[in-house]
Amino acid sequence: MTSLAPAPSTTDAVRVTGIGKRFPGVIANHDISFTIPAGTIHAIVGENGAGKSTLMKILYGVQKPDEGSIEVQGEKVSFSTPSDAIARGIGMVFQHFQLADNLTVLENVVLGAEKLHGIGGDARAKIEEISSQYGFGLDPDELVETLGVGERQRVEILKVLYRGARIVILDEPTAVLVPQEVDALFDNLRELKAEGHTLIFISHKLDEVLKIADDITVIRRGTTVDTVKPADVTSRKLAELMVGSELPSPSTEESTVTDRVELEVRGLEVVDAAGRPVLSDIDLTIHRGEVLGIAGVEGNGQTELVEAIVGMLHPSAGTMRLGDQDISSWHTRKRRENGIGFIPEDRHRHGLLLEAPLWENRILGHQTRPPSVKGGWLNRRGAREDTERIISQYDVRTPGPDTTAGALSGGNQQKFIVGREMSSEPVLLIASHPTRGVDVGAQAQIWDHIREARRNGLAVLLISADLDELIGLSDTIEVILRGRLVGTFDPQTVTPQDLGSAMTGAGEEK
Amino acid sequence: MNPAKRIGLAVAAPVLAFAIAGIFASALLAVTGNDVAGFWDTMLTWPENRQLVNILNQTGILYLSGLAAAIGFRMNLFNIGVEGQYRIGTFVAAVVAGEAWLPGKANTLLAIVLAMVAGALWAGIAGLLRVTRGVSEVISTIMLNSIAGLLVGYLVAKVGVTTGVSTGTKTIPEESWVGGIQIFGDTPTELYGLVLLAIVAGVAFHVMLNNTTFGFNLRATGRSESAAVAAGVDVKRMVVTSMLLSGAVAGLIGMPVLFGQAHNYGTSFQLGIGFAGIAVALLGRNHPVGIALGALVFSFLAEQGNVLNILVGVSPDIVAVTQGIILLAVVIAYEFVRRYRLRLEQSSVAEQVAGPATEEAKA
Repeated sequence: MTSLAPAPSTTDAVRVTGIGKRFPGVIANHDISFTIPAGTIHAIVGENGAGKSTLMKILYGVQKPDEGSIEVQGEKVSFSTPSDAIARGIGMVFQHFQLADNLTVLENVVLGAEKLHGIGGDARAKIEEISSQYGFGLDPDELVETLGVGERQRVEILKVLYRGARIVILDEPTAVLVPQEVDALFDNLRELKAEGHTLIFISHKLDEVLKIADDITVIRRGTTVDTVKPADVTSRKLAELMVGSELPSPSTEESTVTDRVELEVRGLEVVDAAGRPVLSDIDLTIHRGEVLGIAGVEGNGQTELVEAIVGMLHPSAGTMRLGDQDISSWHTRKRRENGIGFIPEDRHRHGLLLEAPLWENRILGHQTRPPSVKGGWLNRRGAREDTERIISQYDVRTPGPDTTAGALSGGNQQKFIVGREMSSEPVLLIASHPTRGVDVGAQAQIWDHIREARRNGLAVLLISADLDELIGLSDTIEVILRGRLVGTFDPQTVTPQDLGSAMTGAGEEK
Repeated sequence: MNPAKRIGLAVAAPVLAFAIAGIFASALLAVTGNDVAGFWDTMLTWPENRQLVNILNQTGILYLSGLAAAIGFRMNLFNIGVEGQYRIGTFVAAVVAGEAWLPGKANTLLAIVLAMVAGALWAGIAGLLRVTRGVSEVISTIMLNSIAGLLVGYLVAKVGVTTGVSTGTKTIPEESWVGGIQIFGDTPTELYGLVLLAIVAGVAFHVMLNNTTFGFNLRATGRSESAAVAAGVDVKRMVVTSMLLSGAVAGLIGMPVLFGQAHNYGTSFQLGIGFAGIAVALLGRNHPVGIALGALVFSFLAEQGNVLNILVGVSPDIVAVTQGIILLAVVIAYEFVRRYRLRLEQSSVAEQVAGPATEEAKA
């Protein structure tokens, strides 16, 4: 194992050329190219599902690319496992810490790297050396369970430095930190950079990226869009690069908004496990025939808002009314029976049974409603026939209703879900990133379906990271930032730039 | 995928597993200096009629046990406690039937119902612990097995009657026994009447699983709990309900022997069936027909193995070893086939919708 990495040089630490990675039916990455000079902090930004995590897995040897090449310190490399990457001086700090709570800092660090400096005095000396060199302030003998989140993250970083990493990949490192901890982390990162380490910083928090990075590479829909210097861009410009503006425009026609309120949310508050509010004082009203768009940088409470309305999450305060009924205390099933359709953000986790045939997936979420169910009994023929209807009406490309859902491509899975949720005449549709990870053709079709349903009086809550989609489909746009609704915009007059600055909270100051 | 290929893939895994198990067992016997040819000769001899009846009896009993385990497994709930539920259920039935509060077959019926209730309640403890306190059902059911053993042992000593050297519950009055079914004229060994419960339970399991909303929710929860939650399934209630059902079926396991042969709960109580059921359920992939085949295979091996020691001087423990290897091999083979099938289907779907799909992926 090489703990002696080459001294910082003027060569490039990492050069990625034309990387592509395909999964059945999906292209996760294609033609990804960028260069990271040694001793710099390089940020990689892009919305969820843009292909960041696949790219990182490739760089860290978890997955092999189908095409393209990677050079590290000027040498061409091919990683089969993460140990190959570690041997080349690449380390990764995962978003979800991989620490054993009941072990000490020392034990966590040496675990799996016992051959480097043993497990005794040498290892302790090495850990203390790294800790003081970069100002980590870690005591090797402290139990990890007594450490705070920021300290645990420093243990993770120490772990990769201990293994001799000169290139450190940090996956969404600030997602778990409070602002003060973020500042401390940035100080540590600057120390590391000063010592000649190269840092790859993955994030979608634009203001942080602008603060810390030397270069920023933007990824959208699986490919690199541009590499820019923080000095040359604003967060608005960066947001634009991230969500794109050259996609087919989903413009709506004349307004179909009625004055009948379909969903009314008042004073909604949700707190996380630690009791910190993730949603506060949310007031929303959606009328029949209205599409309400929620704009916001990922992780500002959108997921919680959706889950609270569907009933998967229990709010700590607030009321919800659907039509003229108070649904606050209703269980998910009852809400769905009363006409809430749900296109989930993560279709694999929440929208489909991947190993079940399509006709069984037709029943999912509709277990108590015709045509697939009669009394407590499944109506297999009804479910099958209705699946056929969805397949033809929504252009789901599949051999038939007996095909396993997991065998379809992402776009076709999504079209199937849209078709299913539009069945049984919903009154409210919650569409969370309805065209994420979907090809352009399917995207246009999904937009058409939402527009048509809106004409027929459906109320829609649309959450999207794609500003063009939001502007094109919505009748009203609310911006969510740190769990609060911070501004209402009229899509007729708003520009992606306006939204971008409201989303990052940069609007007022700049 | 055409039906022939589908069936071929389904059969491939167990066949492969049996082949591997056979090879390992032979190798083990050869290494330990045993008579390999004699072993196979004994194992593969067509059983006598008396043995055939024994195999069927044991198959029915194992089938009930396998079903009990499968109900939980179908929703990723590992009820390791079938053994304890079986024991509690059988004991309760034996005590009730022995007291004979009701006459004749009404006594039998009451005892069977109470066996199911007792098994269900015993399993329900684990279900409740899981949903209220987050205790893993694996841990709690293992501990409940142990508690069931001690509790029943204590109670038998307390309320039981001692005849000669053995202590057991009161003997059930003869009018409440369930007679056997004579299959072959040349042997007095009969099929337990209550073994037919296995068929009833199997059909009920199949219908429940495939034709009811409850069964759909159960399978959906097993396949993806997050998707089930989003679809409005009350997962906590499903956990408790399926534990209760699983325990109720486990309560039935002891009924054929209790009413057909033993007539009391005592030293002749057959241990370990609850654990064997877990194996049988795994072997049968929690499918009602698969479990029946698994139960048949295990019963066949056990019955044939009984005479190994007498005929060829091989310890019947080799049968248990073989069963273990079959299980290990089958679990691996199933996973292997599952992945292969998924890949096969993905590529065949991609092929069938070829033109548009590739275009789409490039867009």
